[in-house]
Amino acid sequence: MNNRFDIKKVVATGIGAALFVVLTQVQIPTGIPNTSLQPRMAVLAFLSAVFGPWVGALVGFIGHALGDALFYGSVWWSWVFPEAVFGIGVGLFAKKYAVKEGGFDVKNIILFNVVQIIANAIAWIGVAPILDILVYAEPANKVFIQGAFAFVGDVLIVGILGSILLAVYSKVSGRSSSLKMED
Amino acid sequence: MSTLMSYTRKDTPVHRLSGFTKLVFFLLWCITSALTYDTRVLGVMLAISIILFRISKIQWQQIGVVVKVIAFFMILNVLAIFLLSPYQGCTIYQSRTVLFSGIPGHDVTAEELFYFLNMLMKYFIMAPAIFIFLVTTDPSEFAASLNMAGVPYTVGYAISIAIRYIPDIQDDYHKIKNAQEARGIEMSGKARLLQRITRIASILFPLLFSMMERIDVVSNAMELRGFGKHKKRTWYMAKKLTGADVTVLLSTLIFCILALFITFYDGNRFYNPFIG
Amino acid sequence: MKQAHRNTIIKFENFSFKYRAQTKPTLRDINLEIHEGEKILIAGPSGCGKSTIAHCINGLITARYPGEISGRLTVGGVVPKEEGVFGMSRKVGTVLQDTDGQFIGLTVAEDLAFALENDRVPQEEMRQKVKEVAELVDMTEYLQHSPTALSGGQKQRVSIGGVLTDEVPILVFDEPLANLDPATGRYTMELIDEICKKRDITVVIIEHRLEDVLHRDVDRIVVMSEGRIVADMSPEELLSTEILNSVGVREPLYVSALKHAGANITPDCLPQHIQTMNVEPFREQLHHWYHSTAVEARAISPKPLLEVKNLSFAYDEEEPVLQDVSFTIHEGEMISLVGRNGAGKSTLASLICGFHKPVLGEICLEGEDMTPLSIKERGDKIGLVMQSPNQMISKPMVFEETALGLKVRGVAPEEIEERVNDTLKICGLYPMRNWPISALSFGQKKRVSIASILVMKPKVLILDEPTAGQDYRHYTEIMEFLKRLNQELGLTILMITHDMHLMLEYTDRAMVLADGKLLADDLPSKILTDEELAKKAYLKKTSLYDLAKKAGISDYSDFCQCFMQYERNQIRQKKGDV
Repeated sequence: MNNRFDIKKVVATGIGAALFVVLTQVQIPTGIPNTSLQPRMAVLAFLSAVFGPWVGALVGFIGHALGDALFYGSVWWSWVFPEAVFGIGVGLFAKKYAVKEGGFDVKNIILFNVVQIIANAIAWIGVAPILDILVYAEPANKVFIQGAFAFVGDVLIVGILGSILLAVYSKVSGRSSSLKMED
Repeated sequence: MSTLMSYTRKDTPVHRLSGFTKLVFFLLWCITSALTYDTRVLGVMLAISIILFRISKIQWQQIGVVVKVIAFFMILNVLAIFLLSPYQGCTIYQSRTVLFSGIPGHDVTAEELFYFLNMLMKYFIMAPAIFIFLVTTDPSEFAASLNMAGVPYTVGYAISIAIRYIPDIQDDYHKIKNAQEARGIEMSGKARLLQRITRIASILFPLLFSMMERIDVVSNAMELRGFGKHKKRTWYMAKKLTGADVTVLLSTLIFCILALFITFYDGNRFYNPFIG
Repeated sequence: MKQAHRNTIIKFENFSFKYRAQTKPTLRDINLEIHEGEKILIAGPSGCGKSTIAHCINGLITARYPGEISGRLTVGGVVPKEEGVFGMSRKVGTVLQDTDGQFIGLTVAEDLAFALENDRVPQEEMRQKVKEVAELVDMTEYLQHSPTALSGGQKQRVSIGGVLTDEVPILVFDEPLANLDPATGRYTMELIDEICKKRDITVVIIEHRLEDVLHRDVDRIVVMSEGRIVADMSPEELLSTEILNSVGVREPLYVSALKHAGANITPDCLPQHIQTMNVEPFREQLHHWYHSTAVEARAISPKPLLEVKNLSFAYDEEEPVLQDVSFTIHEGEMISLVGRNGAGKSTLASLICGFHKPVLGEICLEGEDMTPLSIKERGDKIGLVMQSPNQMISKPMVFEETALGLKVRGVAPEEIEERVNDTLKICGLYPMRNWPISALSFGQKKRVSIASILVMKPKVLILDEPTAGQDYRHYTEIMEFLKRLNQELGLTILMITHDMHLMLEYTDRAMVLADGKLLADDLPSKILTDEELAKKAYLKKTSLYDLAKKAGISDYSDFCQCFMQYERNQIRQKKGDV
């Protein structure tokens, strides 16, 4: 067994995917029809940023496939794979963010957001529409518009909610040294 | 658990098959239906799906809602395509048979309708395969099946853990949501987008923190009981392959190869009734 | 008692351990020998290092928790640090406190087989062993059940079974009673005892609920305090000393009562179990003490605050969760709602808070029917504090968290500041108002979660298991705090609990739920001395009852009252001294 996937990552993948599935039906409507923000994407970004690309890829893949299957009774594979791609993208820089060490500062928030925008772009404007075209021969304009909406929604939710989650978690898990009682 | 689909214990030929067989069938079925656009192949696959569905004795109540959900998504999808690309079918089949024209620039063509028909068939071949897989495969057997199919057991077990903890986390989610709502943080109701997001955050924080704690406890518990000790592990719930399994595996494989051969025989994945 | 001349199986020699992240060692100079087949209890307050001892034995230290070891530890002839967790898993089976965390399989059978699977045991052999172990822990009927369909006690039995499949010579239990109701806890101790005898296993139990562990014999008790061993003796000897009191571990109640009466307990009176103890020498002292302690009666306002009328509830029609429950809570009362896990206590709280809608019946607050009110509107009047503060805390800082409820209600910033500061002062958190919550202890976090509810000035405070998993010191701290809120602010408090001590010591009245029905609504001291009721509701009657009975005191309930009064006076005196 390789060390890159130790017990802790196995468990993080399993429990993370479970949370992702539970959040499948939690959506924030944006006002634009058929488009809502998915808080579960922020959780995926969080797990990828903390545990790295393997966990990110698997949580995205397992979570999306399982959530689709359990709640909608069908699996849209062309949207499952991009989820994994996004997880890998964000997770590649996990060490740089230093979330657990309490180092998720302004510089890293910017880095995280640059990475998440690129990863989202690859996933939703790249992989997802191409798979839709290849598998279902769907028209290019339709799938790219669809992908663009998903891209904007995910960039928003990951940028806001994901950054908040990571920043607070980082603040909490880093050690606070100089605490004084005040009167 | 308030999800739509779940395993129900029954005794049918499909239930008796090993999870490995059903997994392989499911994957081959997915791949073949994704690759082909040949109406004849799709028709046969759809028929087989429906027959298997019958054999597994799945009740309509178990899947009724799901079928409606899928139908709803399909209609939306078809409408979107028609609005944005009304002549996609014409491009694919390189012919144009206008049936009637109403909205300018959006003539209804036989090619577009035929394209939709094929696309719907593709989706509806997938759906029963997933139903059958979910409703007839014991989740306990799933990880073992994946492992047999060559997926590392760590990944298989991660899925097992996900299935194990979904009910617990769902329970946590409802408890936390209720408690926060009692404090005045309402999920529903009108609020600006940013406000909605911060409210969701107030539920997600407790969930995430308890998740991180749980990860520590569970990984300690697993390590203490020797998880990951060896390169391989055995499975209490694994089912041995029987003659029926081998038959199903072989015939699925032969069918899928044949289907793909027929599909790509003329160098094109589409079956084209419009020209020659 | 077992023979002490058998071979040593665990040996600590001048052993110290310091976690990497900490500046001071958690274990200091530990010298301890445990022999084959012995059953040892390691007791001590939270943070005394007792759980660290368990982690040293099973190898999690230093594999999972890095740090520095000095001195020597051998377990079953090997050094855990060198063997690692996997190596140690052949010798030591560990049962963790968190029964949900330890239940990994999707069904009982799979969880029992987990260690065998990891050891590549063939399926046939696995089936056989699972069957044997299931019989041993009495779970044969439940092999196909998923963990969601099991009670806490059943999950724990599976955890115990799961480590027994390995046929390890040593079992370590890390706070096995923390999440169980007393009756289930007693059953667990019987099960451990039985296994110990059948399999000739060495058992190390880490627990601070001493009286419950002593339901069955243990060979020795090791008491720890601040990382050191302060006592290592037989239960009879230990209970004859003042050591437990001095380190903050609660003595069995009958022992405390006898000591309050001035009795000089000696090992030859066999104080380990009240059933077998000789109390004759102390009879007169006890009677004298009983008659000289006056019980203050508390006046309760006659004004009804919360009325529950004929409440019924069910998730599905066939299994009613609550049936025709009626009661009234008066202003200023402090009440406990007791019953075993799954009796319907939490459901009742959910109904009061409006999380679920009752099938029948109504709930009135100050005479007004609450049915039309939303969860949020009820939240203005009824505050719910969940069991774990981690389930509630959603802001990183103490002040922010406390202010959250007011902020979302659109209260003006100046008023928020004032009310939050006032509340934090009441809760003793004001000096820490600008601290991150992560820097607080568990007890302090609990107070933050209470403060965040108090700040909204609810009329009724409902607490779900306010002291679960707390040692005696923290338990007293939290309960004294609640008592103060009750007395000084006149706040009405309803506590859901399975802690019989809490109910006896701190509440004016107790309601007993069993199988969805309200079985009793009476003085706690009456309830805990009613043998019939205790059996029906799976409560554990207090050992004070047995003591009174043995000493020939006929009014058991009054005797309990007297004991509680005396203890409360003592706690207050101590506070006054500081």
